[in-house]
Amino acid sequence: MSPKTLYDKIWDAHVAHEAEDGTCLLYIDRHLVHEVTSPQAFEGLRMAGRKVRAPEKTIAVPDHNVPTTMGREDPKNMTEDSAIQVAALDSNAKEFGIHYYPVTDVRQGIVHIVGPEQGWTLPGMTVVCGDSHTATHGAFGALAHGIGTSEVEHVLATQTLIQKKSKNMKVEITGKLRPGVTAKDITLSVIGATGTAGGTGYVIEYCGEAIRDLSMEGRMTVCNMAIEGGARAGLIAPDEKTFEYCKGRPHAPKGAAWEAAVAYWKTLFTDEGAHFDKVVTIKGEDIAPVVTWGTSPEDVLPITATVPAASDFEGGKVGAAQRSLDYMDLKPGTPLKDIEIDTVFIGSCTNGRIEDLRAAADILKGKKIAVKRAMVVPGSGLVRAQAEEEGLAQIFIDAGFEWRLAGCSMCLAMNPDQLAPGERCAATSNRNFEGRQGRGGRTHLMSPAMAAAAAITGKLTDVREMM
Amino acid sequence: MQAFTKLSGIAAPLPLVNIDTDMIIPKQFLKTIKRSGLGVNLFDEMRYDDDGKEIPEFVLNQPQYREAQILVAGDNFGCGSSREHAPWAIADFGITCVIAPSFADIFYNNCFKNGILPIALPQEQVDVLMKDAEKGSNARIEVDLEAQTITSSDGEVFTFDVDPFKKHCLMNGLDDIGLTMEKASAIDSFEAQASAARPWV
Repeated sequence: MSPKTLYDKIWDAHVAHEAEDGTCLLYIDRHLVHEVTSPQAFEGLRMAGRKVRAPEKTIAVPDHNVPTTMGREDPKNMTEDSAIQVAALDSNAKEFGIHYYPVTDVRQGIVHIVGPEQGWTLPGMTVVCGDSHTATHGAFGALAHGIGTSEVEHVLATQTLIQKKSKNMKVEITGKLRPGVTAKDITLSVIGATGTAGGTGYVIEYCGEAIRDLSMEGRMTVCNMAIEGGARAGLIAPDEKTFEYCKGRPHAPKGAAWEAAVAYWKTLFTDEGAHFDKVVTIKGEDIAPVVTWGTSPEDVLPITATVPAASDFEGGKVGAAQRSLDYMDLKPGTPLKDIEIDTVFIGSCTNGRIEDLRAAADILKGKKIAVKRAMVVPGSGLVRAQAEEEGLAQIFIDAGFEWRLAGCSMCLAMNPDQLAPGERCAATSNRNFEGRQGRGGRTHLMSPAMAAAAAITGKLTDVREMM
Repeated sequence: MQAFTKLSGIAAPLPLVNIDTDMIIPKQFLKTIKRSGLGVNLFDEMRYDDDGKEIPEFVLNQPQYREAQILVAGDNFGCGSSREHAPWAIADFGITCVIAPSFADIFYNNCFKNGILPIALPQEQVDVLMKDAEKGSNARIEVDLEAQTITSSDGEVFTFDVDPFKKHCLMNGLDDIGLTMEKASAIDSFEAQASAARPWV
């Protein structure tokens, strides 16, 4: 048998039907659902008189537009259109009999944090959600990717997806990371190197010593942004850390089933000599703490660099870079460390897990913020509770941060957490697009430790100077 | 779904790379529980000022492009979120064909579910069509899905690739779900075999 990649193995284990032209029906093990991209899909089912084929494999949670302030369980404290979407998810979950975590449940949170936390996400699975950051679940060695609403409806009705296989890409991060360098710096640096279309048509497998050394939280951060590199999905082969993370979670297998599962999961790795269509290798020691300067996640530079000029680029990127510089109100040649910020946002499916909050709190301990506002939005109610138990919440509050309830919040600003026009934000989220955090708002992406450092100085800051 | 076969129409030029789905339809318009009515907010932040007034320079506000049925754009069109509101807004505006050097994966797939044909062409061919598009109503571009050709206003013909299954569905306006349900027995037997092999799933 010819050697297979991890992607090949998971793919082959899920093909329910293959047509002559290679179009496959890929069976879906877990379908995560949120309030924004699902109402039209459920409506489609109703119109056609169809049921959810596997309600026991379908999990819903409101996250995108829920407020992150107290009292949000009262619809009067939401905008009318947001309340309608949440109410629709509520009634659809009941009508179709799917698992549901409402905002009143401590387990509610960002769908990509809740899935792994509750043990819904396990190695070797196929996982989809009407959200591009579904790539997050690839950290478990699960084939996970975002889909549109029509595909949400397709999965609800058939538990399959019509797919053609992607190509295999390997991203290897060799050696050790330097102090102050995190999973976020890895994933941003990869996108900086390959571009936002560098992964288009591929599924990426991240490997190498620096990836192995990451915690599960860090691996989720890396895979989360595979989509920003254009890839359909990101994968990391499961190992003992993965099994340890999954063990004992509410929906993870127990007893003999656990043993059988682990035995299978141990077969999920890329065979020696398996073919990759594209290989990117980055030395871990070459990665610095980075920030984005522009309006594309590929606009990545080490914090020690200066703002580039449009003329530093080629082709269509010249115009795009100029547009970014104008939008971000930045002058070429300015040291990134001189850029003053107004707001700090720590949270999102990229960096809203307990380890992220620990890293930020570690920098903030005993310090005060020097920005207009700063907020921490834990990725789930359970992350929030744990951070309170560990004393992290008090560190954030003492420093001057707002301590919020779980949700997507200012990552995409569908709820009231938004930037004002011209406001500049150090954010731990995943997208710095024009208007992403609010019309006219300016976003610099970075790690939680870097965002915490920026909160203290009021400028983009090299966290290594605070360590 | 609306079928797509042939189209002869005016193309709007949008020569920007990395046009993301937040640009195509900003998040405040995702709070709908319908698929229709989003065309008026297509490219909202580029199209309207802070007071909601049209920005006259923006391409779709110019008289010659108000009826555009084709969009010609830069590399990596539709990157970012999976929101199907992006193709819904494009289709609702009246655009049913987008031409660019490359597309983001999820957006590309979403187009085919909504009667929109996304066409990826080499940069130099997109450049020719971009020049055509800049001529406004003086230039009509023809798209023939059956023949897989695009004809510029000067009669230059480019061929394009499209997945045969996606082409078949788009040309006939077919509902994917109905087609998949015809294969229910294959799904049933897969499910039985998979739950025996991996009972913990």
